[in-house]
Amino acid sequence: MQQTTSAPPSGTPPLLSVEDLHVHFVTSRGVVRAVEGVSYQVRPGEVLAIVGESGCGKSVSSLAVMRLLAKPAGRVVHGKIMFEGVNLLDLSDEEMRERRGRDISMIFQEPMTSLNPVLSIGQQLMEPLFIHLNMTEAQARERAVELLKMVGITDPERRLEQYPHQFSGGMRQRVMIAIGLACNPKLIIADEPTTALDVTIQAQILELMKELSRKLNIALVVITHNLGVVARYADRVNVMYAARVVEQGTADDVFLRPRHPYAMGLMRSVPRLDRPRGLKLETIEGLPPNLLDPPKGCRFAARCAFKADICEQDPPLNEVEAGHFSACLRAREFVAGTLAPAPAAPVEASARAGKASEPLLSVRGLKKFFTVARKGGLLSTQTSEVRAVNDVSFDIAPGETLGLVGESGCGKTTVGRMVLRLDNPTAGEIRFKGEDIAHKSPAELRAVRRKIQVIFQDPFSSLNPRMTIGQIISEPLMVYKIVPNAKAAAERVAELLVQVGLFAYMAERYPHEMSGGQRQRVGIARALAMEPEFIVCDEPVSALDVSIQGQIINLLENLQHRLNLTYLFIAHDLAVVRHISDRVVVMYLGRVMEMADGDALYAEPLHPYTKALLDAAPVPDPKIEKSRAARALKGELPSPLNPPTGCVFHTRCPLADADCRRIVPEPREARPGHFVACIKV
Amino acid sequence: MLGYLANRLLLMIPTLAGVAVLIFFMLRVVPGDIVEVKLRGDGGSVTQETIEAERARLGLDQPIHVQFVQWMTGLATLDLGNSMWTDRPVTEEIGVRLELTIQVAIMASIIAIMVAIPLGTISALFRDTWVDYVVRLVTIAGLAVPSFWLGMLIILGLLYYANWLPPITYTPIYVDPVANIAQLIWPAMAVGYRYSAVVARMVRSSIIEVMKEDYIRTARAKGVFEKLVVSRHAMRNAILPAITVIGLEFAFLIGGLVVTEQVFNLNGLGKLFVQAVSRNDFTLIQSIVMLIAVIFILSNLVVDVVYAWIDPRIRYGGR
Repeated sequence: MQQTTSAPPSGTPPLLSVEDLHVHFVTSRGVVRAVEGVSYQVRPGEVLAIVGESGCGKSVSSLAVMRLLAKPAGRVVHGKIMFEGVNLLDLSDEEMRERRGRDISMIFQEPMTSLNPVLSIGQQLMEPLFIHLNMTEAQARERAVELLKMVGITDPERRLEQYPHQFSGGMRQRVMIAIGLACNPKLIIADEPTTALDVTIQAQILELMKELSRKLNIALVVITHNLGVVARYADRVNVMYAARVVEQGTADDVFLRPRHPYAMGLMRSVPRLDRPRGLKLETIEGLPPNLLDPPKGCRFAARCAFKADICEQDPPLNEVEAGHFSACLRAREFVAGTLAPAPAAPVEASARAGKASEPLLSVRGLKKFFTVARKGGLLSTQTSEVRAVNDVSFDIAPGETLGLVGESGCGKTTVGRMVLRLDNPTAGEIRFKGEDIAHKSPAELRAVRRKIQVIFQDPFSSLNPRMTIGQIISEPLMVYKIVPNAKAAAERVAELLVQVGLFAYMAERYPHEMSGGQRQRVGIARALAMEPEFIVCDEPVSALDVSIQGQIINLLENLQHRLNLTYLFIAHDLAVVRHISDRVVVMYLGRVMEMADGDALYAEPLHPYTKALLDAAPVPDPKIEKSRAARALKGELPSPLNPPTGCVFHTRCPLADADCRRIVPEPREARPGHFVACIKV
Repeated sequence: MLGYLANRLLLMIPTLAGVAVLIFFMLRVVPGDIVEVKLRGDGGSVTQETIEAERARLGLDQPIHVQFVQWMTGLATLDLGNSMWTDRPVTEEIGVRLELTIQVAIMASIIAIMVAIPLGTISALFRDTWVDYVVRLVTIAGLAVPSFWLGMLIILGLLYYANWLPPITYTPIYVDPVANIAQLIWPAMAVGYRYSAVVARMVRSSIIEVMKEDYIRTARAKGVFEKLVVSRHAMRNAILPAITVIGLEFAFLIGGLVVTEQVFNLNGLGKLFVQAVSRNDFTLIQSIVMLIAVIFILSNLVVDVVYAWIDPRIRYGGR
């Protein structure tokens, strides 16, 4: 299974060279071949991105470089990891330890859990300095302060004494980067460094890493599933699928001229900010193979539109153009242009949003304030108020999709919860078909509840693990007596499963036997069981891989047309929202900043916050990305406990002046149907 | 921190008041009283007048609400009254036994902590190897073997192999430390074995959990020595649940050692408690219950303070 190693392009010799790496995990169900024959190189100052979906081996291959695979299950069974001419796999544990943190650093995905909660930031930041560089207390402190300044943390002397829980997610990730940089390493491996962060913070962190890598000539390996991030920051790209590298080349090569059908599919299945809606998302149908028992030959063949007889052979990673490698046996046909994917189909002509009709859902002046207890003196507690949602109004017409976007903590989920009456509004009204449901008692709500359903974000925790799929879907049918008996319920479950693209026999399965995408389909079937008219989709695709995400979005759109559903689509991903929504509401710190028709909003954003959000979100096209100036929004989301006076956005706004600190801007109709809450535009 | 402590100490008052009310009425729901046990106990014949007179002397003829008010005012002024059986002040009755019981509890705790933390840690780090299996066998045995039986084995062993028995009379540690330790170390060991088994199992499972945490991986990625990864990064996080168990076990040892005290012939609080219950000695029972409640609350308070000392998230409030 030896694969061809990509030859280094001219110039400096590679710093890290991974050669034909194989990693196995021993599990109770057999040996999982997590990485098979992966080879790549990184040169000083270069940014290499490894992209792929969950389980493709991208994280495992880089943990193997650090020799941090979970013991004793995971081990490298074959291959070399050459770092500065030394094979890391031949080193003793102690020799490897000396290199970790000194020559090679790793930055992990989860800033919330990757720092030790009981040790101060200073202790954690100074630890490698003591261990590797034998610094004195004073020297280490000086260096720590310098590092925190470098990653943009203000007031570093005081911050050193603080603990991780006193930092926000973005700040923690900066600390992680500072720890990674502490000993001036030659190589940094960043595993999904910004996945857990909001777009504006993501842009700040990535700009920082790129800048530092250029300035300090550090080689950077970025592992990510976000193609936009890759397009903006990477020099070279490795695309991985089912434990193997399937395409390798410069960012331009891979994005503009993909030569492997999986890479092509990946590029085309991402909803894009720079493309108008109206086109159906292309998807890669099916699921990645199980690595316990992978298929022979090309592993992508089962999902590939260009499958041929030749695909039963094992495809080597071949150079198809200068410096551009593909593990597709038909790659040369793509190069020659004799084979090309079909253009995207337009979305079925739809009866979109009849403007004349009465709104199905109408929200006016909606507010939700939470009181939180603060530590007080003797036996007393002071309380303060979090204004999670403050004066939000919008309408949704029947058959329309309203997108609700904003960063974490902006109140978008709370709005959804109030519409579902999972939370009770503090003030305001929610009219569903003209009836105010904001103040109804639970008994009065029963009839309405059937008509308003929800699809949750996390397909892993929102299904009861001890119920079968059939029980989960039929439960509401029985509770609301929608079907007369158990037999009818089973029939209805089968029908619903087919409707969401699953199979009737899956009713017998338990949630853990299904993949993330399948579980999300179950969640959709459960919502449809009630024959609703209105569905609140709360981040329905953000936990899914790109190719699966496209499948679910298409399913939601199809169902909408077939069943005439109305959606409130809550998400943080601007491109996804753009793709699916007719109109979009942008929220920030509990308030509506801008509301407009989707195309108008993306083409001509008026509010400075919307502009910043759109700037921060990377587009998967290196030509566009590399020509854009870095315009990361400065600062972080203020605490909702103590929101800024006047316009809540003024602390981060490029246009803000003294007036903005005083006046709370009311949304006004700047253009027909385009509302903006800003006094400066 | 001081404000927090004051707050917690003040919050003890309602809890203790609740305990006081409950124990007072629960005792009086049960039929019979001390006078009958005391005067009629061994089948002797006494006149009804003698009984009434004794009841009046002890205040048991008063209506129940009057007795209750007396008990509560007594508590409020820290006057616990006299034992109904011996007529000696309750504080005196309890005092001498409490000293012994607390000493045994402290010694048992020290033994348990010293044994359990290294044992649990080693077991976790060598998970699923023979080291782990041996430790788990030993700790399972500790949970299964009753302390009093282990106590009997210890006494028999001392007699058989050393031909020596621990002293029977109690000498306070400030009078003769050697004699004191020679007597109390054995019951402390008997009790400490079970105690350490509980704590060691807790330490083992929480170290196993913590070693899976992302920050342990971060520490390794920094090139921290494996020893430091365990002692600095894992231990401080893993010790927290063990501290809760230590606190609860310590409080349990006060008053919960009836049988072990019997085996080692110790005049401890457990024995006094059982005597008081069998004699229906209301004032003494009530006082012992209040004492145990106070110790439970205080040991929980100590646990919380230690938590705050170790875990900054608690120290600075909020997550």
